[in-house]
Amino acid sequence: MAGLSGRREEPLEDDFERDLHTEHQILNMGPSHPATHGTVKFLIELDGETIVDLDIQVGYLHRGFEKECEAGTWYQAIPYTDRLNYNSAILANVGFCLAVEKLLGLETPERCQWQRVLASELSRLADHLTRCGAACLELQAMTPFLYGIEARELTWDLMEILCGARVTSNYVRIGGVKHEMPASFPAACRTNIARIRALLRDFDEVVTSNRIFVDRLKGTGVISREDCLRYAVTGPILRSAGEPLDVRKAEPYLTYAELDFDVPIGEVGDNYDRYLVCVEEMQQSLRIVEQCLARLEKLGPGPVNSFDPRVRWPAKGRVFNQMEELIQQFKSVTEGPRVPAGEAYLATESANGELGFYLVSDGSAVPVKVRCRPPSFINLRPMPMMLRGAMLADLIPTFDFINMVGGECDR
Amino acid sequence: MEDHGSPALRALLTSFPDAIFGTHAHRGDATALVDADRVDQVLRRLRDDPELAFEMLTDLTCVDYLGEEPRFEVVYHLYSVAKNHRVRVKARVAEASPELPSAVPLWASADWMEREVWDLYGVRFRGHPDLRRILLYDGFEGHPLRKDYPKEKRQPLVGPRN
Repeated sequence: MAGLSGRREEPLEDDFERDLHTEHQILNMGPSHPATHGTVKFLIELDGETIVDLDIQVGYLHRGFEKECEAGTWYQAIPYTDRLNYNSAILANVGFCLAVEKLLGLETPERCQWQRVLASELSRLADHLTRCGAACLELQAMTPFLYGIEARELTWDLMEILCGARVTSNYVRIGGVKHEMPASFPAACRTNIARIRALLRDFDEVVTSNRIFVDRLKGTGVISREDCLRYAVTGPILRSAGEPLDVRKAEPYLTYAELDFDVPIGEVGDNYDRYLVCVEEMQQSLRIVEQCLARLEKLGPGPVNSFDPRVRWPAKGRVFNQMEELIQQFKSVTEGPRVPAGEAYLATESANGELGFYLVSDGSAVPVKVRCRPPSFINLRPMPMMLRGAMLADLIPTFDFINMVGGECDR
Repeated sequence: MEDHGSPALRALLTSFPDAIFGTHAHRGDATALVDADRVDQVLRRLRDDPELAFEMLTDLTCVDYLGEEPRFEVVYHLYSVAKNHRVRVKARVAEASPELPSAVPLWASADWMEREVWDLYGVRFRGHPDLRRILLYDGFEGHPLRKDYPKEKRQPLVGPRN
């Protein structure tokens, strides 16, 4: 075709068909990015906005949890477990103490077990609220975040009544709990549960069928059941892929066998399924808390600490008046229990999945090994596989619902 | 040696009579101490046997028994979702050549856990695709969870590298 100047124009098709020269670029995200809970660094290889590959660098919060535990007594490890997953400190308290009790061959009183379950479920609720609230915030939805955080404050108010601290509670003891719950707790708990339920309803109305939220979450970060098992992924991620594995049901500990609760599962294993699983688990946790309250009231007053002489702390009145009790108190404080030689692994269901403690003792008052099997660390490993070929923006919700917590991941 | 009523230990004792050095079930945890050089065969059998079906390598860690020989004990915890049972497999490696076959070809979850054991204990895994430090930084000297690494020891932070 001749142009206006009479000169023949170059055919346009060649321009469109010619390969455009593109280069993969490496993007550093973190260690201090607002959407990286705690500190973690992603090295992302990008083709345009598509993720080609991803390297995750963890360890910024490594503070030698195991080394510190191996230097102190068994009791002194408990406050460190608070700081593993700081969203749900009690779950780690309970996991560690149950593992020590397994090694000691110790049974705790029934009242103690119900209080532990109650505190655990409040912790799980706080963790899920943080996860779902923060996910909304990072997808630019401020209002549901505030609903979630308000509900979390209500659970932390309950924690404060129960154990005196809001976040790092240090509530559980080897062979028991710190103290009997205050008399004002059941009424406060029922009031707050009603308010949390109302907030969860508000949250649900704003978020669950919100077009933007659903579009960002549906079909992103997909992982199959088989891949979950290969990567040893547990918790809400595995359940969202359709496998109803929950340590509370599979290997019931404490009083979970006597409780009536359901294990929600997803279908496709994407971020939206994980969100729905978490929302339903919060409702189940509230159900469990109510059952615990009813059971505790039915049980009536009783001991919350084991009478086993290896872990029992004598009553204060006797310590001041009797020589033997004074000596026992002194030994309990300075040394704590001598745990018989051996090894034990105990798995519990934390908010992120299987939280296990593997302990080795040589019979002395100082542990040889305190291994925490961190669900955050293990669940983070398949993230590159979940994101290859996805858009850069999908990284944020996927990371949110993996719910890596720096304290537990890096230990 | 006894199987302590565990199907996993029974299968291992029949299949690998010379690679199993001991078993116990202290506090109900079925445990086998196996030959470090054949630990990959043992783990493969545990994973592939449909009667055992250990689909998950739940945990992998190491214990330093300073003063004993062999010094390090690498500990594998396996779990079967289908059968809902667990087994612990342990293998001892000497301080002079702390190395054993990698479990990454069997379970993808072994990747980071083996890197962590290398990082903190200095035990190597033969055949690991990318064995580098994970929790500590590249310039860190030594392996801090070894019992002879002093807890108070401080190391200078390395600057940014090219």
